[in-house]
Amino acid sequence: MPLLEVKNLRVEFPTRRGTLVAVDDVSFHIDEGEVLGVVGESGAGKSITGVSIIRLIEPPGRIAGGQVILNGRRIDNIPLEEMRHVRGKEIGAIFQDPLTTLNPLYTIGHQLVETMQTHLGIGDKEARARAIRWLEDVGIPGAAQRIDAYPHQFSGGMRQRVVIALALCAEPRLVIADEPTTALDVSIQAQVIALLKRLCREHGTAIMLVTHDMGVIAETADRVAVMYAGRIAEIGPVREVVKHARHPYTDGLMGSIPSLSHKVERLTQIEGSMPRLTDIPRGCAFNPRCPKVFDRCRTERPDLMKTDGPNLAACWLHAAPGRDEALGHAA
Amino acid sequence: MAAFAPARGLSRVFDSDLWWSFTRSPVVVVSAVVALTMILSALLAPWIAPHDPFNLATLDLLDAFTPPVWLEEGNWRFLLGTDDQGRDVLSTIMHGARISLFVGFASVLFSMTLGISLGLIAGYLGGTTDAVLMRIADIQLTFPSILVALLIDGLVRAMLPRELHDQIALWVVIFAIGISNWVQFARTVRGSTLVEKNKEYVMAARVIGLSPVRIMVSHVLPNVMGPVLVIATLNLGFAILAEATLSFLGVGVPPTQPSLGTLIRIGNDFLFSGEWWITLFPGITLAVMVLSVNLLGDWLRDALNPKLR
Amino acid sequence: MPPDATATVRTKALVEVEDLARDFDVSKPWLFRVLQGDRKRILKAVAGVSFDIPKGTTLSLVGESGCGKTTVARLVVGLYPPSRGRIRFDGLDMASLTSRAVAAPVRRRIQMIFQDPYASLNPRWRVRDIIAEPIRAFGLIRDRAAIEARVGELLSQVKLSPKDGEKYPHEFSGGQRQRISIARALSSTPEFLVCDEPTSALDVSVQAQILNLMKDLQRELGLTYLFISHNLAVVRHMSDRIGVMYLGRIVELAPGETLFARPRHPYTRMLLDAIPDLEMTGRARTPVGGEVPSPIDPPPGCAFHPRCPLANARCKAEVPSLRTVADVQVACHAVEEGRT
Repeated sequence: MPLLEVKNLRVEFPTRRGTLVAVDDVSFHIDEGEVLGVVGESGAGKSITGVSIIRLIEPPGRIAGGQVILNGRRIDNIPLEEMRHVRGKEIGAIFQDPLTTLNPLYTIGHQLVETMQTHLGIGDKEARARAIRWLEDVGIPGAAQRIDAYPHQFSGGMRQRVVIALALCAEPRLVIADEPTTALDVSIQAQVIALLKRLCREHGTAIMLVTHDMGVIAETADRVAVMYAGRIAEIGPVREVVKHARHPYTDGLMGSIPSLSHKVERLTQIEGSMPRLTDIPRGCAFNPRCPKVFDRCRTERPDLMKTDGPNLAACWLHAAPGRDEALGHAA
Repeated sequence: MAAFAPARGLSRVFDSDLWWSFTRSPVVVVSAVVALTMILSALLAPWIAPHDPFNLATLDLLDAFTPPVWLEEGNWRFLLGTDDQGRDVLSTIMHGARISLFVGFASVLFSMTLGISLGLIAGYLGGTTDAVLMRIADIQLTFPSILVALLIDGLVRAMLPRELHDQIALWVVIFAIGISNWVQFARTVRGSTLVEKNKEYVMAARVIGLSPVRIMVSHVLPNVMGPVLVIATLNLGFAILAEATLSFLGVGVPPTQPSLGTLIRIGNDFLFSGEWWITLFPGITLAVMVLSVNLLGDWLRDALNPKLR
Repeated sequence: MPPDATATVRTKALVEVEDLARDFDVSKPWLFRVLQGDRKRILKAVAGVSFDIPKGTTLSLVGESGCGKTTVARLVVGLYPPSRGRIRFDGLDMASLTSRAVAAPVRRRIQMIFQDPYASLNPRWRVRDIIAEPIRAFGLIRDRAAIEARVGELLSQVKLSPKDGEKYPHEFSGGQRQRISIARALSSTPEFLVCDEPTSALDVSVQAQILNLMKDLQRELGLTYLFISHNLAVVRHMSDRIGVMYLGRIVELAPGETLFARPRHPYTRMLLDAIPDLEMTGRARTPVGGEVPSPIDPPPGCAFHPRCPLANARCKAEVPSLRTVADVQVACHAVEEGRT
């Protein structure tokens, strides 16, 4: 049984111009101790998928369909009071801006102790001792002294380390990390990613890593889901997705990233941009930008389907009859 | 193409978020209708008022102290009754509202112009200019604005001969109320300017070497007007009230051009002798006018605030 | 080739920057300072930077936040006056351009592209007016119809429709806005474009479009770029030469290929090692510890020494200067002494 299973998740934003579907029929799972990367460009729905799972989606956004199953138990329909206990205890969260997670009015020690006491039911002394150990573990120098410092007394990178300690201290089985390194400089980013990977491996915690940075995904994730316009375009083992993308969008995305190891004259270019949620094209949402588009793409919406590799791709190129047809066109 | 432009502009208004939030709030729609009715009837007073209260030839002292039409001695000629000189209260209110609104709009326009200019200069130039202007603003804020208005009015009275003063009394009131209110505009504009001047579109204008004045006027100003309009609306209510207060105290507009405040003061003398309508109806008009303008201002503030949307 | 040929090639640099520095006073207001007995706090954003950019080439400055790269860009376009040093454009000292009238012909030839496509276009202006602003400011074309035609031409040049001029910025996506920004920069037919993180606010697929467009324009119009970015892969893709900045100084300046093939400064090496690359799937890296110190109170000597694995006593005391080794300039005692 997977640790987390998301089935046909649908998230809607009612607006005065009609209902926007930000996440449309998204299904995936995360196994124990696994790192699933969720990657996509802005507006793809990756962050909304993450916050919907922990039910921190901002109103008027709402989960309009589907199921979220954690350890065999549905958590998408339990009361919010109960959900509050699931957050922290069973699912930890790390966001892009550490200041949204840390309360500026309390010392970081207070916040760690409070979290552990709420979820683990341990005493003051024990909690404080563990808090110091966590701060040492995330690499805060002089943890025993700095435990009584306030968030603003730390640098951005150090704050994100504190947030990681806070997310992991109640020993959840799953951490949802939403762009955890985007606000950080490259050298700090590398430190934080390495830290997150090490801690989760030591504690056997699974990670859902939401980011726009394919490089971070490539070196951190076991599997990766590529999202486009509120749906998963492709999902599979990270190496396969990066090196042998089966969906034309993933393929274009990889080609558009400038490489460090070799220089090309021109980058692969996907024309146009991600559609706004107000006008998602009929059929496959990617069809107006797709270099391999054919008739079926414009009328019928593809679901994730088997490809010739371990990846699943939502692309008609991989439908058994359509595939031959498309390959015929290409040749 | 060009022929469609106005139609497109209009459809943009009705399609905008502002219009949408307007139609969603019945209180706001009602205040807008009330305010608009008052402004229109004040503007058109010389043509639509049932009587001309300032034409001595039409006044008849025999009509004096006629009560409103629904009372026993009421007369359909005078819907809201008449005052001690036989003037129709409804007509005096319409003419009085004209003066009140004129003083209100003019003084807001004056404080807005002054406040925006000084705020832009302080915010954009910064440094010593900013420090000096803002300290002046701080000092002025320590005096209640009605006191500032009284002071200016008193000064002008002391310096000018009586006849001359009556001629320009209206403008003195406008100046006095206007000068006592520029600080709020200046502070708001300065704050927004500090944000806008560091945005890259302003840098783009600086890169091509535009002069500071040109950047302030054509780039920064259009982008700081949102909050200014909110304050202007809220201040309109205040300015109308300030004028009424000054006129009630007898230092406002001259009695030959009675505003709502003057009417209330005149009627006040008859309040306890039973002719309550002479002061009550101008009073109600003033209250409703200020309330509707303030409700509109509050709505505008919320509607333009992206955080509350 | 005649012996002085190399010399004439050298002087062909369109932009020459010499010992450029800029301090910012970040002290509290005077009264507070006197009351609290604080001293003045000076932030040395740029502390002596020199480089040349030959015509038609791209020089990139790369570094982490607070390294001063954006300040250099703004100094070069004249948004700030330098505290020290000299900027020459086409042989002309920028400090000599004291009046607006004298500066205008030079300013026309220098333009800037900004980072945030949502802040770089005035939201109250129509796109056609935004693009035409430099044309009008420099009085390049007087005739209204001719300006309109030129705006349409510029919009087509950045792959937008001439009809888009009628719209307002909010009707465009981030990538399209950056195209508008580029069209505005091109409208005064400049020779030199300063690009301050032009793609870091964009998604990767859109970034590729903009980078391709910028390269095409450079080739077609013979533009010279000063390109500022924190993204090494983008910098490698765009540049002929790259300067790596750390705390207000250039620590290494080298041709792009050389820098990536053989980084010399320990900081450059650390940066290159810190970036996750798609090719490195699953490869574990050993990130260097420590953080960038505050530029208000930088470490003495070489500013990188607290994080440097090669630091010794000399590095803590003496600021290294840029030394030329073959086609590379490096500011490092360890490299100079061969301690690497």
